[in-house]
Amino acid sequence: MALDSVALAAIWLTFKLASVTTLVLLLIGTPIAWWLARTTSRMKGPIGAVVALPLVLPPTVLGFYLLVAMGPNGFIGQFTQSLGLGTLPFTFAGLVVGSVFYSLPFVVQPLQNAFEAIGERPLEAAATLRAGPWDTFFSVVLPLARPGFITASILGFAHTVGEFGVVLMIGGNIPGQTRVVSVQIYDHVEAMEYAQAHWLAGGMLLFSFLVLLVLYGSRLKQGWRG
Amino acid sequence: MPAQTEARPVNHSSAKLQYDAPQPLCTERGRMHPSRALRYALTLLLLPLGNALAAQVQVAVASNFTAPMREIASRFERDTGHQARLAFGATGKFYAQIRNGAPFEVLLSADDTTPGRLEQEGAAIPGSRFTYAVGRLVLWSPTAGLVQDGPDLLRKGDFRHLAMANPKTAPYGAAALATLEHLGLDDTLRGRLVQGENIAQTHQFVASGNAQLGFIALSQVAKDGRITTGSGWVVPTDIHPAIRQEAVLLTRGQDNPAARALLDYLAQPQIRALIQSYGYGLE
Repeated sequence: MALDSVALAAIWLTFKLASVTTLVLLLIGTPIAWWLARTTSRMKGPIGAVVALPLVLPPTVLGFYLLVAMGPNGFIGQFTQSLGLGTLPFTFAGLVVGSVFYSLPFVVQPLQNAFEAIGERPLEAAATLRAGPWDTFFSVVLPLARPGFITASILGFAHTVGEFGVVLMIGGNIPGQTRVVSVQIYDHVEAMEYAQAHWLAGGMLLFSFLVLLVLYGSRLKQGWRG
Repeated sequence: MPAQTEARPVNHSSAKLQYDAPQPLCTERGRMHPSRALRYALTLLLLPLGNALAAQVQVAVASNFTAPMREIASRFERDTGHQARLAFGATGKFYAQIRNGAPFEVLLSADDTTPGRLEQEGAAIPGSRFTYAVGRLVLWSPTAGLVQDGPDLLRKGDFRHLAMANPKTAPYGAAALATLEHLGLDDTLRGRLVQGENIAQTHQFVASGNAQLGFIALSQVAKDGRITTGSGWVVPTDIHPAIRQEAVLLTRGQDNPAARALLDYLAQPQIRALIQSYGYGLE
């Protein structure tokens, strides 16, 4: 037996979720990482700790608070309702919000390391050549931090593909909208459909291994540490 | 209890650690030596093994039976001196865990097929299973007075999400789907259904207000035969397949007197009355 249409829908949804999440994370993670890498503010410690929280928090904690906060009585829920968007749980947008929180450190930390590794000198050199801050960022920082961006993208994407607990808590298991591969596997196991579970689970294992192989393989070659 | 802290495997390995202590635990560069680190980790892993008590029974309990089972377990401990250690979850998950060596000794299933299946596969003791409760399904909302006429409310469809347990894996979900099919609403409402992985999560979806309505177990919101919070429509039992919940003695509990005692205890008249007061039927 091979993958049926239900499984393919779950795979497609998972890749869509991981892609959108990674894009959003690069957009909001870059300024956060830049700030964390450059600031001398006393808030650096607390903000860095908040960003790292999903590394240690059980996904159930994150999922539970998101469910409550995005619900009709939570502050996010009140905000989205006032915008006329309704509430976010059980929607694709809700999963993106959850995944962004869940994968935040996996994008911010490699970027922050890459920015810190650049140091002051290239920036000072750019300033003496009268480059503006945006010009410096796009012409100097981005090329120098490229390995960091690649690592951040791969880790953010892969970690979102591997997400389970948060989706389970806020997803509602809707085919094509919130039923991602990890939840589909869980469903198969609970329904005692072990053959289908094996196909998807084996695929996930292979995918994850290949992603990490690419990541660590290229790191060794470059001698670069993120 | 003091004897427990002297448990053999723990003592043995910690003594070994002490004996080896003069060897450097760390390398010059300040890192723990790999083989020492491995042994240290293994010692920590084995620590909990010293804690198994004889008069304890490990029970896997279907989530819908959480509230009554907590009360039953504390009475059981008081009346028999045995201790019941409870794990709550979905029956399908317990099945997978039991088949793969989970240390459960008694299963209180949410259905009447899983215990039989375990029995056939040699993981449960033949002849030990019986129906301990018959589940009642309720269409429930945390808003008082909202659910008056259940079928009417469902037909009007004035809600965004209707929660139910996964019909593929949870008997209450299958009963909920059968109810919608009976009312001819399964197609119209399909786009608004959200599924909890078990009945506890389904209740959480509704209780948190994220779904306005949900099909849950009466036992989750009822005490002494009455719905205690919100409003609900108790679904008549003739429009969905009966939710017969079976208990079974698992092979691992074969020689544990506490396991058999618990199964006997569940069949006692005062406990049956207690189960009924949580909104279950009996056979």
